[in-house]
Amino acid sequence: MIQKANHGDMRLTLEVWRQAGPGAPGGFKTYEIVANEHMSFLEMLDVLNQQLVERGEEPIVFEHDCREGICGSCNLTIDGKPHGPRERTTVCQLHMREYRSGDHIKIEPWRANAFPIIRDLMCDRGSFDKIQQAGGYVSVNTGAAPDAHCIPVPKEDADLAFDAAQCIGCGACVAACPNASAMLFTAAKVSQYALLPQGEPERERRVIAMVDTMDEQGFGNCSNHYECEAACPKGISVTNISRMNREYARATLKKR
Amino acid sequence: MTPADSPTASECLDSKVPSGPMSERWSRHKFDLKLVNPSNRRKFDVIVVGTGLAGGSAAATLAEMGYNVKAFCTHDSPRRAHSIAAQGGINAAKNYKGDGDSVHRLFYDTVKGGDYRSRESNVHRLAEVSVDIIDQCVAQGVPFAREYGGLLDNRSFGGAQVSRTFYARGQTGQQLLLGAYGAMNRMIQAGRIEMYNRREMVDLVVVDGVARGIITRNLITGEYERHTAHTVLLGSGGYGNAFFLSTNAKNSNVTAAWRAHKRGAFFANPCYTQIHPTCIPRSGDYQSKLTLMSESLRNDGRVWVPKTKGDSRAAVDIPENERDYYLESKYPSFGNLVPRDVASRNAKLVTDEGRGVGPTGEAVYLDFADAIKRDGRDTIAARYGNLFEMYERITGDNPYEVPMRIFPAVHYTMGGLWVDYNLESTVPGLFVLGEANFSDHGANRLGASALMQGLADGYFVIPATIASHLAGRQLQEVTTDHEAFKEAEASSRERMDKLMAIKGTRSVDALHRELGNVVWNHCGMERSAEGLNEGIKKVRDLRDQFWQDLRVLGDPQTVNQDLEKAGRLADFMEFAEVMMNDALVRDESCGGHFRAEHQSDEGEAKRDDENFSHTTAWEFSGEGQLPKEHREPLTFEEVKLTTRSYK
Ligand SMILES: Cc1cc2nc3c(=O)[nH]c(=O)nc-3n(C[C@H](O)[C@H](O)[C@H](O)COP(=O)(O)OP(=O)(O)OC[C@H]3O[C@@H](n4cnc5c(N)ncnc54)[C@H](O)[C@@H]3O)c2cc1C
Ligand code: SF4
Ligand code: FES
Repeated sequence: MIQKANHGDMRLTLEVWRQAGPGAPGGFKTYEIVANEHMSFLEMLDVLNQQLVERGEEPIVFEHDCREGICGSCNLTIDGKPHGPRERTTVCQLHMREYRSGDHIKIEPWRANAFPIIRDLMCDRGSFDKIQQAGGYVSVNTGAAPDAHCIPVPKEDADLAFDAAQCIGCGACVAACPNASAMLFTAAKVSQYALLPQGEPERERRVIAMVDTMDEQGFGNCSNHYECEAACPKGISVTNISRMNREYARATLKKR
Repeated sequence: MTPADSPTASECLDSKVPSGPMSERWSRHKFDLKLVNPSNRRKFDVIVVGTGLAGGSAAATLAEMGYNVKAFCTHDSPRRAHSIAAQGGINAAKNYKGDGDSVHRLFYDTVKGGDYRSRESNVHRLAEVSVDIIDQCVAQGVPFAREYGGLLDNRSFGGAQVSRTFYARGQTGQQLLLGAYGAMNRMIQAGRIEMYNRREMVDLVVVDGVARGIITRNLITGEYERHTAHTVLLGSGGYGNAFFLSTNAKNSNVTAAWRAHKRGAFFANPCYTQIHPTCIPRSGDYQSKLTLMSESLRNDGRVWVPKTKGDSRAAVDIPENERDYYLESKYPSFGNLVPRDVASRNAKLVTDEGRGVGPTGEAVYLDFADAIKRDGRDTIAARYGNLFEMYERITGDNPYEVPMRIFPAVHYTMGGLWVDYNLESTVPGLFVLGEANFSDHGANRLGASALMQGLADGYFVIPATIASHLAGRQLQEVTTDHEAFKEAEASSRERMDKLMAIKGTRSVDALHRELGNVVWNHCGMERSAEGLNEGIKKVRDLRDQFWQDLRVLGDPQTVNQDLEKAGRLADFMEFAEVMMNDALVRDESCGGHFRAEHQSDEGEAKRDDENFSHTTAWEFSGEGQLPKEHREPLTFEEVKLTTRSYK
């Protein structure tokens, strides 16, 4: 068994961002490791951490939880690409068979003013929560709901709303954007509700509050680079951004 | 005293189930419960630990009602709780398909599915409120799958004979959790919920016998914090990660529940764990978690292994007559569609015989070749395309060309803290919700029922039953200066210092992996008295090793993920022994608990209703002491006990 597991081994050089704490000076540190093609990227980091501990060095801090691409915890920029080389794939779903023996891999956290680094590869994405708190919901108290079939929704709208609702809140869109804009993330939520009858009553208030909060949190502006869509592991489309822009214009007009 | 001869020493637990006809109990109970006057609610502080479906829905609803809510989670955002990963769907007795579903049928199926080891009245209530959950979620804008007419779509799930499962593609848990997260956000914005992210509850504070607060560790700064409240709600999830490898998220743990247990909350049925038959097998010693593949695959895939031991040929090179389609031959009428536990156990049997496949030998084939030949590649792609892609992403194999390799994995834990009908534990004022409690699934959970239970508990049950405590008891004001808070904080710090001071040689993960192996081998798919006794010894040895040889580096005053994991592993090390004791004492087979000694000639699980129609709840009785066993007898008024057969 052990022998077979060794088949597919590869030697890699990793350059990993290490930073002791918020605001502390950080820098890349180089590590050599033997990985296996069947490992996931994060399992490779687990193995490295285990070796570090055995050598008496502090393990690398990185975030992860589900390891299935759905919780949005993992946030590594690999060789300059948020979530790494594979399209529509979170880091936790990336496997080492994407790499060859001898490769150099550079690993760093999301870089954005609104996501300050906490330690090593971990950053603070609390600003995303703030945007959602500003209006990412339908105000309905528990127990006050009518029968579910009282609210029919055309399938096309339901499907489009679902496409937008798939956002996992990872922040890759921000990390990929030259302006560190959170437009795609915000637009995904605004779109979900703009497409559904349940979202109608709070339509104007929601988009204004969420966009304003996005600005307050220090995210940059959107200048149509569309790097966000390319980096998004869930394939959230930039058409949501145009929808949000329309919603915003409509809401401000209506308010005046 | 060994646990095996302790049962006689038990006291009966009072479940506080209301009387009267089953279908009226919940309504009556709600009517009989005291109410907290809306203007008084803001005088009550409620702590909610966990923001998964159970905790998140409870926090939002209680805040809407006017209570002061403080919510806690270990994640950086409430949205990342493990509930996010649930795929398949959520059950509700809406009967939108008109196929004869009803509250009674859902109730009946759940009691039967739980192999008659759950509390009837709780299950009936669950079935009743299931319909309200869907209404609530739809009103929140949860994008469930819909038909062209604009109405909600349903499917049949996990062998149910009616279509009662609501779903949102393969991301039902995500969409439901984001709904609850939105509801929480609204209350956070309104100042009704104080949200504490990245905080780990490390102890429960009990004052004059009542749960009055918690101690948390700030996972960024390492600080210990004291929080008071009039009541504490735990929605901290299941304990599947005792096995190290499971389908649970990596940070799922038993700590909150275990800490509460050590402060007086009884732990019920810890041996009931659910093992899911269709997971992607482990590929090597570095494996960190297992991924679930939808069970629907068994509708078209054929399960087989080579007939001969150690056959290392590639699957395509093994001729038809040298393949053993063991489920089809053993269970001619159900074939590949036998229930989860039967499929899992048989996979273990053939791999134990040395007939497993793949690099580790711990896998069986799930072959789609015949289905592709019969229905065409396009049809199979339409049915399972996304699953095949996920499989390929992880394994690098293409299931259109070579059979999938699957193996069972730990998926859900039915046991949990014991609660009465009000969801109150044996510590007054401590309520437990969702997977963290033991309440509704008996010895086996049906597919799509965990999401239902978490949301039932949080949206509908707790908001009513919490009044039994808040309006029913005199609660003095307590402050964080109280002795009980001081003592709890001091003991938490001491534990942490102890972990940091070991300075041994072994990493947390290495020790956790080893514990996982022991639990899997001795208390996994098949248990026996001999194996369990041996397992208990191994767990004790390993626990000693842990306390002697653990190595946690770095500073406790900053982010220290190994220290977090070490604290959780310390609890799993203690918990695993209770789990095995429970499995030992339950000298019968039922649901997910299969005792090798209790099987029919055909290898089917044999229940012993005469002696084991009860819930076992363990009381902590001191470090290193065997816990004391208590029982809650189970009575069945509505559902007739029968034996399963899948021949
Ligand atoms: C892969 C997978 C698929 C599934 N699919 C389905 C399905 O299709 N249908 C279905 O019905 N069920 C499914 N389940 C089961 C279901 O998802 C879970 O049982 C359910 O979501 C648990 O919800 P919960 O709210 O009880 O706990 P969780 O969602 O686990 O939440 C636990 C919360 O507690 C917090 N927490 C834990 N410990 C502490 C602590 N010490 N201090 C502070 N906070 C703490 C965590 O941060 C988190 O917020 C699935 C499970 C898995 C693993
Ligand atoms: S839009 Fe995409 S990249 Fe941005 S947070 Fe959502 S899932 Fe992540
Ligand atoms: S760890 Fe959950 S998305 Fe990567």
